[in-house]
Amino acid sequence: MDNEIRTYTVLIYTENQIGLLSQIANVFTRRSLSIWTLTAGPTAIEGVHTITITSDATRRKIDEAVKQIEKRVDVISATYYVSEEIVYRELALCKVPSPALLESGAIEKLLSDHHARILEMNPEFTVLQKTGTLRETTAFYESVKPFGVLQFVRSGRVAVSRDAEPEIKCCK
Amino acid sequence: MENKIKGSEAFWKALIAEGVDTVFGYPGGQIMHVYDSLCSYTDRVRHILVRHEQGAIHAAQGFARVSGRPGVVLVTSGPGATNVVTGLVDAMTDSTPLVVVTGQVPNAALGTDAFQEADVTGMTGPITKWNYQIRRPEDVAWAIARAFYIAGSGRPGPVVLDFTKDAQVGLTDFHYEKCTGIRSYHPDPFPSDKALDEAAALIDASKKPFVVFGQGVTISHAEDRLAEFLRKGDLPSGSTMLGLGALPTDFPNYEGMIGMHGHVAANVKTSECDLLIAIGMRFSDRVTGSVGKYARNAKVIHIDIDKAEIGKIIPVTVGLCGDAGRVLEALTARISPGSHREWLESFVPVREIEKKKVIEPELHPKGKELKMGEVVDAVTAYCGGRAIVVTDVGQNQLMASRYSRLASRRSFISSGGLGTMGFGLPAAIGAAIADPSRPVCLFVGDGGIQMTIQEFGTIMQEHTGVKVILLNNNWLGNVRQWQQLFYDRRYSATRMINPNYEDIAKAYGIKYIRVKDREALPKALETLFSDNGPCLMDVLVEEEANVMPMVPPGSGLDRMMLTENSWYENE
Repeated sequence: MDNEIRTYTVLIYTENQIGLLSQIANVFTRRSLSIWTLTAGPTAIEGVHTITITSDATRRKIDEAVKQIEKRVDVISATYYVSEEIVYRELALCKVPSPALLESGAIEKLLSDHHARILEMNPEFTVLQKTGTLRETTAFYESVKPFGVLQFVRSGRVAVSRDAEPEIKCCK
Repeated sequence: MENKIKGSEAFWKALIAEGVDTVFGYPGGQIMHVYDSLCSYTDRVRHILVRHEQGAIHAAQGFARVSGRPGVVLVTSGPGATNVVTGLVDAMTDSTPLVVVTGQVPNAALGTDAFQEADVTGMTGPITKWNYQIRRPEDVAWAIARAFYIAGSGRPGPVVLDFTKDAQVGLTDFHYEKCTGIRSYHPDPFPSDKALDEAAALIDASKKPFVVFGQGVTISHAEDRLAEFLRKGDLPSGSTMLGLGALPTDFPNYEGMIGMHGHVAANVKTSECDLLIAIGMRFSDRVTGSVGKYARNAKVIHIDIDKAEIGKIIPVTVGLCGDAGRVLEALTARISPGSHREWLESFVPVREIEKKKVIEPELHPKGKELKMGEVVDAVTAYCGGRAIVVTDVGQNQLMASRYSRLASRRSFISSGGLGTMGFGLPAAIGAAIADPSRPVCLFVGDGGIQMTIQEFGTIMQEHTGVKVILLNNNWLGNVRQWQQLFYDRRYSATRMINPNYEDIAKAYGIKYIRVKDREALPKALETLFSDNGPCLMDVLVEEEANVMPMVPPGSGLDRMMLTENSWYENE
């Protein structure tokens, strides 16, 4: 069990200190763990930032890494989860040529099948947005591919835990 | 406006407010404002001018380990900063509190590859407990207060402050407030009553308990509490290399050092015990040997202030995360008085085997040549256990850790986790400056001394009374030993052609004694300790000697080489 490799989501709350992100990334690289996705940004609490990292690792390794991250002075808390323990989403943006999309007549079905949205449309190109899991955004990409994708980008994961406790108590 | 002072002056005021009286450093272009401001504070702060920045940081480490206070280092930007990197890793691994201040180019020049610019916060992030770039003079006091709080609290470690020229030159108001807490940092954890009760029950139920303690005991000033705990539980114990000095060498049922070159009984009983109680140590591979074979019959209680260490290497039955002294006090109150006569008696025959096969031939050799162990024994016996023993790295270190007679606390200073050759000489300088009342004996090899030999200049300038005992065998002895034992005697790049140390000592005005044979040793020791000044005692020891016993790589602790051809093996 401890040696099984799974995808873990690490939720880190930090003070807004310059250089902290690279130190956190370093904890992974030093242990030969690759960072699969990474998302960072300010939380609703002033001065507190959150970093969400996904990484494939054994439980033993991820536990070790998360303890080292939590040990950093400016890290408020660091916790790891398997996917069942969290609610999470990724965001995908896809730019396709508008003529191809319109000529196909499939746009309505595409949007309703994938719960996707149009963010911007002009005679040249259309930007579509899709939120979901990695599998869902990948399925969306596959459906859009026939229209000729100009650009497809995907964010890292953001996640909240499936428990009713406030995530960071010390900053209330 | 007239109340405002320069950032460089705020710097010294803040250090003084933290009780700093000694700084190890080396000036340079981007730290000159700080050095300029020092002129007004020389009555309160002693600045030790080293000969290389690596010397400054190792000296500060020696100072910190002896005094228990953070060592302070002041160097310039670029090469000044990169030269302290080895010491930072060393201090990080060995939990040594340091505040290292590096000069930095003006804010506008950051990132431009300016002269002597290096990305100091970037490169020192993973090797410091905390680092911070001070870019505004008004942040000086805040950053220094935080630096001292972080370096010295919890599991101590090095902190780097990268001090840009703008922050040194700019004007600021100065109000100093010590840091007493940081919301994201919890340096003083304490285990639950439930965990303490569980641990006490395990200790009471154990038939064959064994205690392994490390430097955490010294850091926490918990020497008395450790002794009380061991006495009440009637518990045998062994020390890691950095734990040495927490108990006097002759403490009852104290088996000395554990690990690769540890004492046989301490190692063997680690494998036999049914309960291992680890206190303020981190299960280094030099301590455990093969992890899979370590303490394989034992339940494990691990006391450490660093949560990340508990379960990192050895799975624990009960983890007690907290300060060694506070946890030991709580645990001692909970355990019943123990009695383990039969178990303790089982140590005796193992001890006897080591004494006969290893210790006697080392301390009372039949051959003509001087043994490293007998020199260590003679020097530390001469000091009556009062000495602060400082070591370099290699055979000198292993022999010093095995044979030093230690009776006082904070008396063994060595580079443990990183194993930094060149650590010894500057660390001894720092130790001697921290406590001039005790003799400081440095055991160093002919390899390591030449890595930081320039610090003889610091000794000369500061009149530091370091007693340098050079165990001179004209080899890089420890590597040579491994080549002999594991590389079929192919001595690749380990033979040393050495300089004339007498001429070197003379050039620095340091007293020199050469010891060629056993008969000359007693008289040499009298000369060595005849005054409080520095002295280099160049001891020509047996050239191809090995440090035994030895747990070879990959082996468990209960299988030790006693000589090249004989082994101790548990049935």
